[in-house]
Amino acid sequence: MAIKYHLEFEKPLVDLEQQIEVLEGSAEAGQSDLTKEIAALRKSHHQMLRKIYNSLTPWDTVRVARHPARPQCRDYIGLICKDFCELKGDRRYGDDPAIVTGFARIGSHKVMLIGHHKGRDTNEKLACHFGCAHPEGYRKALLKMKLAEKFGLPVVTLVDTPGAYPGLGAEQRGQAEAIAVNLREMSRLKVPILSLVIGEGGSGGALGIAVADRVAMLEHAWYSVISPEGCAAILWKVANEQTNLAAAEALALTARRNKRLGIIDQVIKEPVGGAHRDAKATAGSIEKWITANLAELKRLKPAGLPARRYERFRHIGQFRESRPAPVTTDD
Amino acid sequence: MTQAGARSWTESREGREVKIPEGLWLSCPACEEMIYRKQMEANAHVCPLCDHHFRIGAQERVRQLSDANTFEPMFENLSTVDPLKFVDLKSYKQRLKAEQQKTGQKEGVQCGRAFVKGRAVMLCCLDLTFFMGTLSSVVGEKITRSIEHATEHDLPLIIVSCSGGARMQESGFSLMQMAKTSAALARHDDAGGLFISVLTDPTTGGVTASFAMLGDVILAEPKALIGFAGPRVIKQTIRQELPAGFQTSEFLLDAGIIDRVVHRQELRNEIARIVDFANK
Ligand SMILES: [Zn+2]
Repeated sequence: MAIKYHLEFEKPLVDLEQQIEVLEGSAEAGQSDLTKEIAALRKSHHQMLRKIYNSLTPWDTVRVARHPARPQCRDYIGLICKDFCELKGDRRYGDDPAIVTGFARIGSHKVMLIGHHKGRDTNEKLACHFGCAHPEGYRKALLKMKLAEKFGLPVVTLVDTPGAYPGLGAEQRGQAEAIAVNLREMSRLKVPILSLVIGEGGSGGALGIAVADRVAMLEHAWYSVISPEGCAAILWKVANEQTNLAAAEALALTARRNKRLGIIDQVIKEPVGGAHRDAKATAGSIEKWITANLAELKRLKPAGLPARRYERFRHIGQFRESRPAPVTTDD
Repeated sequence: MTQAGARSWTESREGREVKIPEGLWLSCPACEEMIYRKQMEANAHVCPLCDHHFRIGAQERVRQLSDANTFEPMFENLSTVDPLKFVDLKSYKQRLKAEQQKTGQKEGVQCGRAFVKGRAVMLCCLDLTFFMGTLSSVVGEKITRSIEHATEHDLPLIIVSCSGGARMQESGFSLMQMAKTSAALARHDDAGGLFISVLTDPTTGGVTASFAMLGDVILAEPKALIGFAGPRVIKQTIRQELPAGFQTSEFLLDAGIIDRVVHRQELRNEIARIVDFANK
């Protein structure tokens, strides 16, 4: 319960948390029996937490998804994988720590695990560019996916990026090409692919490892074509609290709306108050989703997977079709 | 043959936006000389003095690339809806209507069968004049159907790109068009189909990071802006000025990312040549 960093809308909880702490302190000191009082406070804290998290705006959701204590890729690897054998490098340019790849055991499955990593302390964050991968990151991911395909291992990806890195080196080394090739190659990979957005699903940088047979999102993750701030700055001409909220609403970036639009297949519930309040429980739900879906997908013939995956993405999009296209072919 | 209403437009040169107004004469944004509009238009919309390639719409592009009267438009029966009921300062519906009135087009891409110097091809031209050539569900669907048609009939596929990237008003649907078109290109590739991607000024964002970068051969017009992130975003991120010529066709050629920089007057020849080399 020791969350140091509070989001603005969590402020009402701070008071209660402090009271609980004080009472627990004096209880430990053996001054009096405060069990009942503590239990009552905990109950109201839980109720308030539930209430707050049940009525998050889409912009609040984005902030939860970016919470500094939110579990990251390497946290889930530690919590879910029984064995993790990290594999580095793209064999061309270097190793991008913003994307982690390696053999992993999850439940009874051996998989290739791939995920964006944002970094915890300042040094790691800088090295990971806050989860913004470079072309070598996407190329590393693809290289390991091909490795997985060679040995018949399913691929599991954890998506958590504000977007692919926009910089000089990234452009020079072909950021767009690296992502585009991943989209094409993932679509025809002959092993099952699962993708889960665990935090931020920022645009092409997210999709670059998310062309999967099944795509899910954690309850408080976001997934969209652009960040709310980016969208607000362009369409509302200014990014502030008000326009960020408006843009977050308009972009339909929450897990629930993405599910309704058919862009993702499932929403994975988070513990009350978000994944950062109980990483272990969140990891448990993720593991369950992974093992259940892998069990299903493994029953299908690998050679048939690309065709199914094609159909999955082929039908995303909405438009009106007035009448059959006139036949113009003569061969 | 410029399309109605598109006689004035905006070009960007080294970070500054230049408005090209209507009139018999115009000032070239590159060499800043006054040039006679008709002469520039007759020169494939290229400055006769300095070779600056002016931006052109899809109709003009189709006219320039295909043999006279051979282009048969396809998938014209698809029209854009407003799946998210998106409203920013204006509603998506209002913006769509304005774009349609401005250009006389339904959407930002023209697709169809055509002949290029006698060779049958499937041709798609994005239209920068319509919503900045952004990737909507309809644009993605028309391109995907074009790819599928090319695969089915073993036609060389030519996509001429120019785009500001995603259509934000379709959010996730816009994003997924990247996966959809790229997946269709995987099948085209599996079937041994040829895809020539032609990049023109500007090609950025989701279009670059999907089909535009997946050509078997990638051509670009001179000095086009081509990149994943826009220059403004990069400048904000790295907090320094961008080197001269960064993200131009020539820069990408040096970086090994595209195959050839081709003058607009040579595009038809180059396409025909590559089609022949690929035995299509
Ligand atoms: Zn000139």
